[in-house]
Amino acid sequence: MIVANRKPFEEIIGMLKPYARILLLGCNECVTVCATGGAKEVAVLASEIRLFRAKEGVPAEIKEVTLERNCDPEYVETLKPFIDDCDVILSMACGCGIQFVGEHYRNRIVLPAVDTTFDGVTEQHGVWAERCQGCGNCVLDRTLGICPVTRCAKSIFNGPCGGSQGGVCEVNKDAPCAWQLIVDRYKEMGMLDRYLEIQPIKDWSTSRDGGPRKRIREDLKI
Amino acid sequence: MSTGSNLEKVLKNGNFAVTSECGPPRGADPEAVKKKGAFLSGYVDAVNVTDNQTSVVRMSSLSACLILRSMGFDPVMQMVCRDRNRIAIQSDILGAAALGVSNILCLSGDHQKFGDHPTAKNVFDIDSMQLIQCVRQMVDDGRFLSGEEIKGRPNLFVGCAENPFADPFEIRAMRLAKKAKAGAQFVQTQCVFNVEKFGKWMEMVRDLNVHEKVYILAGITPMKSVGMAKYMKNSVPGMDVPDDLIKRMQQTPKEKQAEEGIKICLETIEKVRGIKGVSGIHIMAIEWEQMVPEIVRSAGLYPRPQP
Repeated sequence: MIVANRKPFEEIIGMLKPYARILLLGCNECVTVCATGGAKEVAVLASEIRLFRAKEGVPAEIKEVTLERNCDPEYVETLKPFIDDCDVILSMACGCGIQFVGEHYRNRIVLPAVDTTFDGVTEQHGVWAERCQGCGNCVLDRTLGICPVTRCAKSIFNGPCGGSQGGVCEVNKDAPCAWQLIVDRYKEMGMLDRYLEIQPIKDWSTSRDGGPRKRIREDLKI
Repeated sequence: MSTGSNLEKVLKNGNFAVTSECGPPRGADPEAVKKKGAFLSGYVDAVNVTDNQTSVVRMSSLSACLILRSMGFDPVMQMVCRDRNRIAIQSDILGAAALGVSNILCLSGDHQKFGDHPTAKNVFDIDSMQLIQCVRQMVDDGRFLSGEEIKGRPNLFVGCAENPFADPFEIRAMRLAKKAKAGAQFVQTQCVFNVEKFGKWMEMVRDLNVHEKVYILAGITPMKSVGMAKYMKNSVPGMDVPDDLIKRMQQTPKEKQAEEGIKICLETIEKVRGIKGVSGIHIMAIEWEQMVPEIVRSAGLYPRPQP
């Protein structure tokens, strides 16, 4: 899932200053699961904005809409009836959704109400953690299911570096050292000798470094 | 093929090597490098020049290497993977070799979080292991990472670092074995305070026969005060300062702590010299370079072999 955090209220309210009629947009997918931008969070933010603006003496008219997905044209097109009645769109969807809605409605600006952070999992209720950076060239077979690109602060392929202590990364005491996890996993599977293999230099061209990526399935095109 | 490295010559001749280091200044004044260098002159076989250590912006390693070289030193250019991709790395290697640098130390580099620009973007296109391979490929095969031929190949003595005290301990000797396999010719270790643990690590290193493949220089750091000892123990990740050393410094009157720190340092040198497979020491006298001559003399390691 794509994980996001709501932006600070002051930042959001600052962005909205020139606008009176706001279409506040949520998404039923990832940002709902990570409790950032679903219908519930849209309702909360709408109330906060209304209250603040009323207090300031510049009331805001807010229309709340939560789409099934913000990354698919069939859902994004359903926004059409609301566009003419708003001055701006404030989106609580991820960065993909924010851009995609903007691409569809070029006469309106789409403002981000969230900071999109990472592709991750729900480790426990209320705790989400990063797992994948979409490098386009998966190495999880070699590291037995622990991604060094994502989970090592330096993305090193032949770790651990000298800053691994007590199983924790020196950069963040709440982050386990990825290479400690990998070594533990090698041991668990009786494969510690694999640690001696030098991991080759990575081809980053399949990652963001190769430019924006696109996948086309000709057979699925209509 | 032998390089122009004095360090390589000293080690190959079977001498116990002494290296030290010089952190470049946070400014453009060459005199700052020369001043630090002057303390070390005649007392070391080579001098490491750090590469924006702890991610704090400083004069570039290569530039300070050249200043030290003009003073007659054999500089070891430290290179980290944090700030350069493979294009810049190979380019700097060519430049360093062209300007007469004969040693390189391959490091991943401290994370930028600890430095003066914590909001910077890091690179880590390759890691320290792959950097070792990269340099050796350029030196031995005369080829870039792309496979293309280098016209005028560089010639460098290739080193690396290893931390015997970081976790997981059980793979720390294996990690050095990997670095030796990648082509490292010498290693300088993290500061040794816990000699017992270092001894255990060396035992594991010998079991893998790595000491036959790579020259091992034990990292030595004199402690100025009990405050410094505590700071190293508690605030520097991967540093192992045993409690009895802290206690010993604590029990020493403040004005005698520096002296006691040097005493501990000399005892450590004596002990690591006795460990089979240790080929030298790397003295990291952090902002205390002026003590290096006394340490080298008192350890009976002076004079150094003539270059």
